Amino acid sequence: MNTITSDAILVKAYISGDEKALEILVLRHKSRVHNFIYSKVLDGDLAEDIFQDTFIKVIRTLKKGTYNEEGKFLPWLMRIAHNLIIDHFRKSNRMPKFESKDKEFDIFSMLKDSGLNAEKQLIVDQISSDVRKLVDELPDDQREVVFMRLFKDMSFKEIAENTNVSINTALGRMRYAIINLRRLVVEHKIVLTE
Amino acid sequence: MPKLYAKGSKKMNNLQPKKETINFILNYSKALHIMKTRNMLVEVHQN
Repeated sequence: MNTITSDAILVKAYISGDEKALEILVLRHKSRVHNFIYSKVLDGDLAEDIFQDTFIKVIRTLKKGTYNEEGKFLPWLMRIAHNLIIDHFRKSNRMPKFESKDKEFDIFSMLKDSGLNAEKQLIVDQISSDVRKLVDELPDDQREVVFMRLFKDMSFKEIAENTNVSINTALGRMRYAIINLRRLVVEHKIVLTE
Repeated sequence: MPKLYAKGSKKMNNLQPKKETINFILNYSKALHIMKTRNMLVEVHQN
């Protein structure tokens, strides 16, 4: 397969199981997608994350067989990147930001409120307990990353150094952990709301 | 002013994603398998 093979043929080959076709597509479009993302977010690390998420979404869609052949691959790819950028800005404007220098910071303390009555406190404790049980069901490498990130408030750089893996591997393990946690929540029919 | 624009766009074009990111994406693809059951698609990751 050479460089003049069209995107459409490569997409078909990839859907048929040819992983090399994906590599050609990624290498072919990486600069354009990355530059597009960076031009919007103006942050190298963030651009890297969104770039990664873009191709992960592409991979999942293609492997699930839900890709619509009608559209061309590159416009579709750029639209995914664009939507993820929009999602990022929406979340960053909506999500509360907090910083903690306390090494013993506990993510679950955010759930606590002095105004809670006894019943609400019971529910909060139950949610906290459920989440901890779900985390315990994760594979060792994923549980370790979740524990360090959420319970110890360590950065991904620190996690990578402590576990002797690259930052991307740590990020990947966190991603798998979240995917698995979501799956476990659905499987166990757990409601994680007050 | 045109020179400034030209300089900026050239710098932008030099940006590339990290090699680790590309490798992560390719490895993610190799590890991901989709299983089709009667009612749903199940993602299986082989680490």
